[in-house]
Amino acid sequence: MAGKVEWLVRQRPIEGERADEPKVGDYARRDVVFAPLEEPVGTVRERVAASPYPFALVLSPGDVLLGRLRASQLDCDPTLAAAEVMEPGPSTVRPHRTAAGVARQLAERGLRWAIVTTPEGRLVGVAARDELEAAATAYSVARRGGPDEP
Amino acid sequence: MPIPIDLRRLDQLLAEGAQLVEVLPEAEYREGHLPGAVSLPLKELSAERARALSRERPVVVYCWDSL
Repeated sequence: MAGKVEWLVRQRPIEGERADEPKVGDYARRDVVFAPLEEPVGTVRERVAASPYPFALVLSPGDVLLGRLRASQLDCDPTLAAAEVMEPGPSTVRPHRTAAGVARQLAERGLRWAIVTTPEGRLVGVAARDELEAAATAYSVARRGGPDEP
Repeated sequence: MPIPIDLRRLDQLLAEGAQLVEVLPEAEYREGHLPGAVSLPLKELSAERARALSRERPVVVYCWDSL
């Protein structure tokens, strides 16, 4: 059964005073390293070292997020499978959450990225806290009518 | 008699001209609502307010979690 959340999560258009407020889904990127459960962590480590993120995400064939492999966890027997080393079920946020709200949550926890998934657990992407903060600030300034207005 | 529906059925009904009603508080409606939805907060639901709806078209009522 669906509701307003389902509509928002699917990033369908809405009307209203805050309809144009930046959402975390708008800033979710898919340039993070993905790995299937069976991939040896040795090859994952090489790809993470070359990526802008200090982690990889373990996905099912249907793009469902299964776990996370932090760079620190990858310093182990390179023949181990991702499934044996990963941190299962990392915290995630839904795409309809506001950039401001998620940025605040990340800052409170000292985190730099948010993993964005659908309610079914399918990966949307990874959003960077600094981008969310910049988007939230720009929106706030625009709503006030510009930097010189109260 | 209300019937729960999913997004696919909602899309069909909207294509057929269904009316959308959001029953969440007014402030939540104002912040953002489905396009074309009217606000009819549950606490203010009455026969009089419901009269504003057409009896000729399906009515889809929604809140945060259900349609």
